[in-house]
Amino acid sequence: MAKDNGIGASVKRREDARFLKGRGRYTDDMNRPGQTYAYILRSWSAHATLNSVDTSAASAADGVVRVFTGKDIEEAGLGGVPCGWEITDKHGNPMKEPAHPILAIGKVRHVGDPIAVVVAESYQQARDAAELIEVDMTDLPAVVDMRTAETIGSAVHDEATDNLCYDWELGDGEATDKAFAEAAHVTTLEFINNRLVANPMEPRCALGDYDEDADHYTLYTTSQNPHVIRLLMGAFVLSIPEHKLRVYAPDVGGGFGTKIFHYAEEAFVTWASAQLKRPVKWTSDRSEAFISDAHGRDHVTKAELAMDAEGKFLALRADTRANMGAYLSTFAPCVPTWLHGTLLAGQYLTPAVHCRVRAMFTNTVPVDAYRGAGRPEATYLLERIINKAAQELGMDQAELRRKNFIRSFPYDTPVALQYDTGDYDATLDAVLEMADYKGFEARKAESAARGKLRGIGLSCYIEACGIAPSSLVGALGARAGLYEAATIRVNPTGSVTVMTGSHSHGQGHETSFAQVVSDALGIPEDQIEIVHGDTDKIPFGMGTYGSRSLAVGGSAIVKAVDKVVAKGKKIAAHLLEAAESDIIFEDGQYKVAGTDKAKAFAEVSLAAYVPHNYPIEEIEPGLEETAFYDPKNFTYPAGSYLCEVEVDPETGKVEIVALSASDDFGNVVNPMIVEGQVHGGLAQGIGQAMLENAAYDEHGQLVSGSYMDYAMPLASDLPSFNVETAEGTPCTHNPLGVKGCGEAGAIGSPPAVVNAVVDALRDYGIDHIDMPVTPLRVWTAIQEASVKQAAE
Amino acid sequence: MSTISITVNGQQKSGTAQGNTLLVDFLRSELKMTGTHVGCDTSQCGACVVHVNGESVKSCTVFASACDGAEVTTIEGMANDDGTLGIVQQAFHEEHGLQCGFCTPGMVMSIADILRNNPQPTEAEIREGLKGNICRCTGYHNIVKAAQSAAATMAGARQAAE
Repeated sequence: MAKDNGIGASVKRREDARFLKGRGRYTDDMNRPGQTYAYILRSWSAHATLNSVDTSAASAADGVVRVFTGKDIEEAGLGGVPCGWEITDKHGNPMKEPAHPILAIGKVRHVGDPIAVVVAESYQQARDAAELIEVDMTDLPAVVDMRTAETIGSAVHDEATDNLCYDWELGDGEATDKAFAEAAHVTTLEFINNRLVANPMEPRCALGDYDEDADHYTLYTTSQNPHVIRLLMGAFVLSIPEHKLRVYAPDVGGGFGTKIFHYAEEAFVTWASAQLKRPVKWTSDRSEAFISDAHGRDHVTKAELAMDAEGKFLALRADTRANMGAYLSTFAPCVPTWLHGTLLAGQYLTPAVHCRVRAMFTNTVPVDAYRGAGRPEATYLLERIINKAAQELGMDQAELRRKNFIRSFPYDTPVALQYDTGDYDATLDAVLEMADYKGFEARKAESAARGKLRGIGLSCYIEACGIAPSSLVGALGARAGLYEAATIRVNPTGSVTVMTGSHSHGQGHETSFAQVVSDALGIPEDQIEIVHGDTDKIPFGMGTYGSRSLAVGGSAIVKAVDKVVAKGKKIAAHLLEAAESDIIFEDGQYKVAGTDKAKAFAEVSLAAYVPHNYPIEEIEPGLEETAFYDPKNFTYPAGSYLCEVEVDPETGKVEIVALSASDDFGNVVNPMIVEGQVHGGLAQGIGQAMLENAAYDEHGQLVSGSYMDYAMPLASDLPSFNVETAEGTPCTHNPLGVKGCGEAGAIGSPPAVVNAVVDALRDYGIDHIDMPVTPLRVWTAIQEASVKQAAE
Repeated sequence: MSTISITVNGQQKSGTAQGNTLLVDFLRSELKMTGTHVGCDTSQCGACVVHVNGESVKSCTVFASACDGAEVTTIEGMANDDGTLGIVQQAFHEEHGLQCGFCTPGMVMSIADILRNNPQPTEAEIREGLKGNICRCTGYHNIVKAAQSAAATMAGARQAAE
């Protein structure tokens, strides 16, 4: 029978009620007395010298409090937006790291670069006044295409005249070259991993509030990691010490990576509120989000796979250009390197792998982590080239993979990771069964009878989650540790308040973390409250991204619970007049082993706060413990996805007929929430594969800059999904045995979809179509292939 | 500025609005009812859907002044009188039809409207009916299930009443 509480139960979410009744508290729902409104005038030019910004008319307009420009920022001596990760290039030199001012100084570098901010009594007044600002700019040639960025002769930053941020490599190049020289077959694939916009449904918002009497700042913001913002903004931009700065991220309407980063607007409203002695609020509209939220993906890659005559992988070579955009966003440099190159072994025993990545500055919005961050790009590379290889070798796509699976763990990859555990046959077997792979040919024939082309595409992904051991990421260039913190406060009557550094913006932590604590302490879930998102309430936190909340944040909670129980045992031993070593804790009871003597959790908790009969010489009163957990390794979720499509050759329209997913997430705390995470990831992956594209024209204008042009997946674009979580191989190095599930769907699905489309078109000799596989692209590929076939 | 009076969730409310103030901004800023959300500026996302005189409307597409005297229902008015979740809301809870919650108010309002016009929709009709509501979290899978579940509950209630 299914469990109805604790770990493993699909407990319904406690956070639902407030959202369903319209009582969520998102940042834009908050208002402070005396609040002003900021409207940001953004550059309409991708690349230009800023000659002058005349704000006199705007300053005199109705309701305007003040107009700020880059000059004000410069005069105040504020720092720029910092980057949190330094990459060392293949020559041992640090990456180029140009300044990123809060408001443009001297030059604008992308459409959307902030030029001036009008602060007014109302949003409408601020917006109207912004139209009165006179900006004199001289356009410069825009750097848009990464492939020509080195030679175009126009530099985004003076520090990098070739627009190269770094040229990085990983893996044994010599061994790779040698393997290629000896290979029986080499498959080559050149492709673009399309640029995406994360598009959480809640646009970003920031509200700065300065308390003059206390000389204290509060920033309300849409963030996945409020402590990280406090650290970056306080230490590097505004020089505000932690005790004078509270960062509060209340209910946050989705993040998907793009709300990790520290943005200029957060620093601006915080600083401006002190200049004006009034709260300052900025809320992005959607069009503004398209040109100011960090984008994702955007790789141009050449990949080569060397195989022996039997299809055994001998080596993989990858050469990628990755777009950084105009400035280095918080984690941008690590995404195409340590989150991409390291994943190129995939689920396979490839003995030699070499990866080169050139990160390019362009006159486009900064690019940073988006759901999966580097791992979708690695998975797409591998899983597409494997299918192309199977097509060339005339092998079954599942069999070619199976021939190369890693089956012995722990496994040291040639690209610096150690996989602790996994069972790739299990998820592959499961998905083939779920999707009736054997019955495909019959379905294909049935489709053909209706004039449709049916295709089936497999993708076997692995990801590195639970980022990450601090010493490791420090060695790789991270400027922060990546542990997590938790405090367990046991209240006098035995209820529990959990303060976690993880942040929930849709993941349901208030429910699932309570399940973990309930199991560990043997008390009902309704006795447990989860608190997150506020630097004033939580000891510290690195936040939520990279599917790390349960693996790292959950582990910190378990460690803190262990400390609570250890102290509780001392108290119980005293109360029960037994030796501490004889006390066991189970089912919410401290028991003397081998006897019927016991004290309930709540009795011991009360004794800690009413210490009349208490081992006061040995321990302090109270029952509250904090733990920091620094992971020993990444976790390695893995799985197999199978997509089946029908293509209409007359129109090029692709319909996903079925999408099946089998995932190994290790242990699962709340299966309902986990499946929901997979559904959402699949939708974003299908969006990338079929619909979404952040397209720039040659002048650096974002052509798909609103929901009119950027094709967000709609309900009518998607099928229902067939999702199963495998029994799984629990993570071996964290106390819950969990791996993380937030990104899997977005990582595994794009190659499955494209593989299916290419499979449907194999009779035309088509072996690749770049994402998104829109009807136009599919139709064009069919026309070109038909012309070619006719000519042959 | 003019004074606008509307009945919101059965209660008479009034406030001031400019000629170009949108209904959604009037609800959020003037009436301080922040359950209705703004997720885009091109009337695509549907986070702002409310019912005006019984019709489903994106409240970013109408001026507040055009709603003077109207009956408006928002997400805040969808719970039962005793505060428990209404049928569509309860279905979202049971089926895990929401994650971050931001699109949810519009989704609930749209599905209530879909089911009022078509009490037993097919999956395809539900998906078609939700074309004006964007969710980035759920992949719609569980939203569709919630709509189906709400339809079944309503059908059961109708049968019981007969």
